[in-house]
Amino acid sequence: MAMLEIKDLHVHYGVIHALKGVSMQVEQGEIVALIGANGAGKTTLLHAISAIQKKSGGEILFEGTSLNKANAKKIVEMGITQVPEGRRIFSGLSVYENLLMGAFLRKDKEGIRRDLQNVYERFPILGKRSAQDASTLSGGEQQMLAMGRALMARPKILLLDEPSMGLAPILVKEIFRIIQEINKQGTTILLVEQNARMALAVCDRAYVMETGNIVLSGSGEELSRSEQIQKAYLGG
Amino acid sequence: MTQFLQQLVNGLSLGSIYALIALGYTMVYGIIKLINFAHGDIYMLGAFVAFYATRYFQLNFFLALIVAMLFCGVLGVVIERIAYKPLRHATRITALITAMGVSYILEYGTQFLAGSDVKTFPEGLLGNLTLELGGVRISMQQIMIFAVTILLMLALTYIVNRTRMGRAMRAVSVDEEAAQLMGISVDRTISFTFLLGSVLAGAAGVLVGVYYNSINPLMGMTPGLKAFIAAVFGGIGIIPGAMIGGLSIGIAETLVIAYGSSLYKDAIVYVILILILIIKPAGLLGKHVKEKV
Repeated sequence: MAMLEIKDLHVHYGVIHALKGVSMQVEQGEIVALIGANGAGKTTLLHAISAIQKKSGGEILFEGTSLNKANAKKIVEMGITQVPEGRRIFSGLSVYENLLMGAFLRKDKEGIRRDLQNVYERFPILGKRSAQDASTLSGGEQQMLAMGRALMARPKILLLDEPSMGLAPILVKEIFRIIQEINKQGTTILLVEQNARMALAVCDRAYVMETGNIVLSGSGEELSRSEQIQKAYLGG
Repeated sequence: MTQFLQQLVNGLSLGSIYALIALGYTMVYGIIKLINFAHGDIYMLGAFVAFYATRYFQLNFFLALIVAMLFCGVLGVVIERIAYKPLRHATRITALITAMGVSYILEYGTQFLAGSDVKTFPEGLLGNLTLELGGVRISMQQIMIFAVTILLMLALTYIVNRTRMGRAMRAVSVDEEAAQLMGISVDRTISFTFLLGSVLAGAAGVLVGVYYNSINPLMGMTPGLKAFIAAVFGGIGIIPGAMIGGLSIGIAETLVIAYGSSLYKDAIVYVILILILIIKPAGLLGKHVKEKV
């Protein structure tokens, strides 16, 4: 049984048919990448998983349970946490408060304190700036904060939407290294990226999306070598 | 000088009332970008509940205050659920017009049920004790206004800055969708905001009722408007801004009465509004937030 299974998912924005029957699976422990151009429907798919976007058809199963009736809160409780596109950190709240928001549904004070320490160890800059207004962080630091915030929920699966967007190349490498590290420590990852080269390099498997459909899938290595992918996404 | 200090004390009492009402405006605006024009009428109902509680149930001041605050808090939540929640994703003007409708319902509903005559609180509810400090007279009512206002503001500041629900309120007001991704229930957070705002307005109504000792169903209109201006003056959506705005407007109004003419007491408030909109449109503490990409 796959950890996350998406079956024939449809989403409409008014008359626009944004997802036209998407099916995919993520197995426990994997890094699965979802690549594709702007407007292909990648973010829509993540929003549908997190139930902040209404589905018009199909089913999403998590550990065998249907998510069709679950609301956004229930989905976080079940262990699915999303790092949204553009980081969406809470400006006006301190770095520390942002991290606490990630643990909003948890009641285990001791565990929260320990996870906070872990986040500060993983991202030392966040520890140094814990009292600072989160909006004063640089783009890369904000991405780390958004990831740290999501980890505070202790997710079983982490949905990452364009974590490399707008970051300097050296930071992109750093973020991808951290993603792999989080995965090695036992968190399954579904990664949405436009940076296909990096995404294919770190993932176990990948799906390619075009205008609301999955058009290709395979291991990261296979897809990197595929001529079609090389032409469309890897610039050669 | 004594005269000036005396007016300052009077201005602070009036300003405290405005500040308590302004807080509700600003919190609700901060979270759902709605100017809740029915808010002044919640304040009026606070005064009426306290009036009935003291006159017909012989409750003392503090019990009446608590009853009125609870009543207004629950009413605020119910109004949000019935009137505003279905319009959450409608255009802002729709919700604004609805708020005016709710305001009329509360005003004329109260007039229908309680009559339009002016009502007075029982004598000696707070005693006639007056404190005199270097020629400045502070009445028991004023002391009570200061005490209750300071206490409520401290409590509010604590709730907003230090508690889980307070953090949720701030998170939802910054980014509703991101807040949902943290598992925060937006509906519950909005209800909580209306609860807090309405509780404060209810308290303000009770305080003003015993201060001026006269209440009527339309008493919420002008103070409601002035408190709204106070919220804009301080920077709408910003809690300390509402406190500063309320106190400033109250002091300005009182000083104009003392040194100018009471004819201009309402005009000065609007002059302040016009000036702030010209000089610093985001309000005293407001700032234009730049987004980082």
